[in-house]
Amino acid sequence: MAWRGAPRAARLLLLPPLRCAAGRRRIASCIDPSAGLTEQQKEFQSVALDFAAKEMAPHMAEWDEKEIFPVDTMRKAAQLGFGGVYVKPDVGGSGLSRLDTSIIFEALSTGCTSTTAYMSIHNMCVWMIDTFGNEEQRRRFCPSLCSMEQFASYCLTEPGSGSDAASLLTSAQRKGDTYVLNGSKAFISGGGDTDVYVVMCRTGGPGPKGISCLVLEKGTPGLSFGKKERKVGWNSQPTRAVIFEDCVVPVSNRLGAEGQGFSIAMKGLNGGRINIASCSLGAAHASVLLAQEHLTVRKQFGEPLANNQYLQFRLAEMATRLVAARLMVRNAARALQEEREDAPVLCSMAKLFATDECFEICNQALQMHGGYGYLKDYAVQQFVRDIRVHQILEGTNEVMRMIVARSLLQG
Amino acid sequence: MAPLKVLVGVKRVIDFAVKVRVAPGGQGVQEQGVKHSLNPFCEIALEEAVRLREKGDAAEVVVASVGTRQSQEVLRTALALGADRAVLVEVPPGGPALGPREVAAALSRLVARESPHLVLLGKQAIDDDCNQTGQLLAAALDWAQGTFVSRLALEAGAVRVQRELDGGLETLRLRLPAVLSADLRLNQPRYASLPSIMKAKKKPLELLPLPELLGCPPAPPRLRVLRLEEPPGRQGGQRVENVAALLERLAAAGRI
Repeated sequence: MAWRGAPRAARLLLLPPLRCAAGRRRIASCIDPSAGLTEQQKEFQSVALDFAAKEMAPHMAEWDEKEIFPVDTMRKAAQLGFGGVYVKPDVGGSGLSRLDTSIIFEALSTGCTSTTAYMSIHNMCVWMIDTFGNEEQRRRFCPSLCSMEQFASYCLTEPGSGSDAASLLTSAQRKGDTYVLNGSKAFISGGGDTDVYVVMCRTGGPGPKGISCLVLEKGTPGLSFGKKERKVGWNSQPTRAVIFEDCVVPVSNRLGAEGQGFSIAMKGLNGGRINIASCSLGAAHASVLLAQEHLTVRKQFGEPLANNQYLQFRLAEMATRLVAARLMVRNAARALQEEREDAPVLCSMAKLFATDECFEICNQALQMHGGYGYLKDYAVQQFVRDIRVHQILEGTNEVMRMIVARSLLQG
Repeated sequence: MAPLKVLVGVKRVIDFAVKVRVAPGGQGVQEQGVKHSLNPFCEIALEEAVRLREKGDAAEVVVASVGTRQSQEVLRTALALGADRAVLVEVPPGGPALGPREVAAALSRLVARESPHLVLLGKQAIDDDCNQTGQLLAAALDWAQGTFVSRLALEAGAVRVQRELDGGLETLRLRLPAVLSADLRLNQPRYASLPSIMKAKKKPLELLPLPELLGCPPAPPRLRVLRLEEPPGRQGGQRVENVAALLERLAAAGRI
């Protein structure tokens, strides 16, 4: 389509096609994501929405179909500060709050949910190094990660340990001033294409207290990758197994103390859960706009679908649940940035609620499109496919329930 | 060459992507709760000014807007995009809409106050599409003007501009000081980065009431909108048998 390459202001002349997620916006409404934000947060959101509409949305279908990892676009985003949003500025980060971060990822997700989700994983890894690394590690890794000159992957899950993450088996045997790693990780986002791997491995006894966190770089002898997985969605990021065979890593690559790894992993996931939930919010928001547009344009039985009360009520429910989910996510983000004790549980609740609700919203939006919703020419199906996995990773929604129940019954 | 001071005029307009509706009463459009943003051609003008400063050709970029206090939003955006300092020539809300005549009058007073060597504006605003402010301002100041600028290069005491006209491209050399209006292909504006948005908070934004700038109460506007209506909806088409019938129909409708 001609408008994709057009300079930004030229889009005045060429309206985006209605089927595209970044379509014409109606008068600001009840689902406006800028409601209640500060002026500065609105500015952040505005840049992210702009970037999503112009640099991501025109390509999201192609990235999905051709399984392209959009390195150049992500680096462009990193130049604006999206590579280390909540990482400290002294190592190249933007130093923003968790709430600012949630707002930004929600906005970027309207352009391409899969790519934004990868960017959020990358951000989580950089934060872990920034927060738990020593000065030497921070300066060694963070600047090139914040600029996305290098990309990162988070390696926790194994073939034998998903939800039961603490039972992981990848071993790291101490030999002098190195660790020798043996084992494998499964479903690693970016695996094989990324440069820096934050790996949770066993240095001590069984259970969470025997786990440490090591940072590995691609090219290390003994580090190899499985085949690229073929997935239902998240196709703009490669997913591979990461394999360690007598892989030697210097002790100076360990983040924090021996035995601290599981705690580091879980703290990373608190933010990761807010980010993934934020990506779901963006997809759901885009889907509601697409459904809204379709209902006004499509006519059956002599009238626009928008005159049908069932569909009106359905749309109203979708909008209501979107706002509820957004409030849950932003509430958890505030708790986390204030370092409140209830933050981890709130993050789990927000992840559970938002990913489930937003999937339903996107799915309903697809249904409203009728047969067209099933065609890859229409963006709504990609939002459905891309956010389906948000209910599974970063802790399944079942594990989220475990966390909440434990807090209620044992807390 | 001595570094220049550049003044950029910007306008807060309804965002281009919004579906605009006529307000009840037919005197204006619905603006309450509607997304507004920096006029795209103003953004291009600002980008050019910031690039001049980054190249070392300009020393300071001052951005100004004439409007209600809400225009602060676009001035903050302009600061985030690289302007050094902002001035809002403030008018009270609820008054009559300001047109190019009023804005040019205000900007000419601001020019007297700021003494820039170059004024950069967008060629037109996307709400009223007047394409007059730059021209009126240049006339008020008796400065050289270059409108529809698609390329710009500073020389000693002058600026060489390429203008996009219906007949083709025209290159002019204008002695400074000059007023230029930016056209679409002058540049591709940058995105504000997160750090620059945060830095913008600390940059000065001055509020200057319009009567104070003018030194007298502003003249009332001379244009009044009588009526605003949406264009007629699409009519159905008609099939004709052959070219002769087509010509007959077109003639009957007064089209040929």
